[in-house]
Amino acid sequence: MNAPAIHRVYLFGTCLIDVFHPRAGMAAVRLLEREGIEVVFPEEQTCCGQPPYNSGYDDEARAVARQVVRRFNEPIPVIVPSGSCAGMLRHHYPSLLADGPLAEAAQDLAARTYELHEFLNRVLQVTWQDHGDPVKIVMHTSCSARREMGVSEDGLALLKQLKGVDVCEPENAEACCGFGGTFAVKMSDISAAMATDKCSAIRATEADQLLSSDCGCLLNIDGMLRKQGANLPAEHLAEFLWKRTGGDTP
Amino acid sequence: MSGFTDHPDQDFGVRIHDALGDAELRESFHGAMTFLRDKRRAQFPDADALETLRDSGAAIRDRALAQLPDLLEQLEDRCRHNGIQVHWAETADDANRIITGLIRAVNGQRIVKGKSMATEEIGLNTALEDAGFTCLESDMGEYIVQQAHETPSHIIMPAIHRNKASIARQFAEQIPDTPYTEDVDELIGTGRRVLRRAFAEADVGISGVNFAIAETGTLCLVENEGNGRMSTTVPDTHIAVMGIEKVIEKLADLPDLMRLLPRSATGQAITTYVNMISGPRREDECDGPRQVHLVLIDNGRSRIYADRQLRATLRCIRCGACMNHCPVYERLGGHAYGTVYPGPIGQVVMPQLFGLDHAGKLTQACSLNGACGEVCPVRIPLPDLIRRLRHEGVSADPASPVRGHGRQRRVSEALIWRAWQWIHTRPAVYRLVTRAATRARRLLPPLPRAWTRHRAPLEPAERSFQEWVRHHKKDHRP
Ligand code: SF4
Repeated sequence: MNAPAIHRVYLFGTCLIDVFHPRAGMAAVRLLEREGIEVVFPEEQTCCGQPPYNSGYDDEARAVARQVVRRFNEPIPVIVPSGSCAGMLRHHYPSLLADGPLAEAAQDLAARTYELHEFLNRVLQVTWQDHGDPVKIVMHTSCSARREMGVSEDGLALLKQLKGVDVCEPENAEACCGFGGTFAVKMSDISAAMATDKCSAIRATEADQLLSSDCGCLLNIDGMLRKQGANLPAEHLAEFLWKRTGGDTP
Repeated sequence: MSGFTDHPDQDFGVRIHDALGDAELRESFHGAMTFLRDKRRAQFPDADALETLRDSGAAIRDRALAQLPDLLEQLEDRCRHNGIQVHWAETADDANRIITGLIRAVNGQRIVKGKSMATEEIGLNTALEDAGFTCLESDMGEYIVQQAHETPSHIIMPAIHRNKASIARQFAEQIPDTPYTEDVDELIGTGRRVLRRAFAEADVGISGVNFAIAETGTLCLVENEGNGRMSTTVPDTHIAVMGIEKVIEKLADLPDLMRLLPRSATGQAITTYVNMISGPRREDECDGPRQVHLVLIDNGRSRIYADRQLRATLRCIRCGACMNHCPVYERLGGHAYGTVYPGPIGQVVMPQLFGLDHAGKLTQACSLNGACGEVCPVRIPLPDLIRRLRHEGVSADPASPVRGHGRQRRVSEALIWRAWQWIHTRPAVYRLVTRAATRARRLLPPLPRAWTRHRAPLEPAERSFQEWVRHHKKDHRP
């Protein structure tokens, strides 16, 4: 079964990538363009609305959700380089906007939303050559990528194409890293206890580098690893994939 | 010290702090939860079959709830037909009054109780004590907890917070002629001796109910130690206590629920005992209770029932899988919640029973990681419900169906989200803010200490992604 060729996609950049990991966004653009796809990046985008939504402030989240649904209205895929933001668009916008004039549009957007690595692996079915030195990496899959989006295999499948990359997961890979957005601040001690265990499991792998496709987890885990003085650089999966497959530093 | 409270928000922070600081406790829970998760996983080797079974479990429970008033009437009718006397209790107090009344009516002196969360929920032990009765818990875990004047820390394994040595000490101190031993078999033997004697002498037995079948008027009770069987067959009077949501339509609904419950709970294919109780001793029978009573408790359930989304709460079959898989429960243990039902299901039930003004803060102890919702055998969307209750907690809507709604709203937080909305619905303003954050990083307001106490400070990039995109687009213009 051949899907109709895709020539254009939207990129939803996410606010965390915008401010903290712009290289992940650049890599996402490059990875898609290299497949011959035109990447449309609407400038009116800001955030998906998760922070207020998860805190129970639905009106505030809805205002932003409406803006996203209105702006990403062409019938082309919406690519999101983050499991939790993709989950917000795919699974929560439809219920958040169910009672308003955008109900149908939200359903439509949800059906066109893909997490970046899901899109690369399942829809575009990319095949890559590895261009880097042997390296051992540890992959942290976010809870939203794993459970809400069900795309934990996609990131790993892409990594496994790379001959020089030895991929492992930490013990208790499916355990939450403790980020949870405002949870990390509101329940900081519980969050820290979870993050501490995650960091120990990650360090125990003795990998050279940590990868994740969610910036929230990266900020949390990397922040703690740096505080611990661990020598374990953290990077967004998209950036790593782009560099390993022949892309210059974006 | 542990205890249930009807105001769990009070000192929740203190209890969290104490629990996290207790290395031994964390070790116990980590070990026990890992063990239970592994056992459950081994029972469901086929992922697709599990999902089909969960569909069925959810559908059975949904179908029952959809016709709840009718099924309850039918249950009452069939039970009466079988000789079971049915009593309705709107509140916990009503239930306790009914039960003490029943005990007085038969002049009950010695009471034994099988494991039952419904009786924990209504605080029956205290009510019985106040009425001058003593009631012995006959489930081993409950017995240990009762003897230590504690409360259960898990709905399936009440004494899971206790280690061997502390139980050995307790038995040696409190049970006459008991030498100190850490041998588990001997410890269980000791407890069993005490309990056997109590069963033989008991005149009233109290139990919970896992499922009540409307079609046949049968009460189904699962357990592993035989205490449920003893409590419901040896004493002359049996009083079964259940929440009104436990009713199911027909006998044919039971097999799938039984395929789910023990496997999700303890990772057992089936429990050691499955009791199907369909009435008191018949004339030609030589044993069994002479009276069987069923006390049906509402205690706030009707209110939960009224809301379409929140109604899913009532699908719960109390298997405990959500707590076994919850990373927060694993680190805090059950007592930190201060509630009869801890963990994810507790975070959903308790705020609805006690009101968001008393238990709304519980909903914050969740990273919305989704592990609970992924394992729930009846597909209760626990993370969605926790988030919904957060919303009701800060909602000013007078039509909110949840008691105490809006009482978690803090002006400071509401203002932050207002400002957040103002910025994020104005892309030009948003770009100014991100520009400030990236260019003049030192001008940023300091991060909450809650973040930096455990982590290095956040470092914004030198240029935002959106700035890069604008240049990238220019470069690519034909
Ligand atoms: S909510 Fe689901 S997982 Fe939790 S106790 Fe109830 S049935 Fe079990």
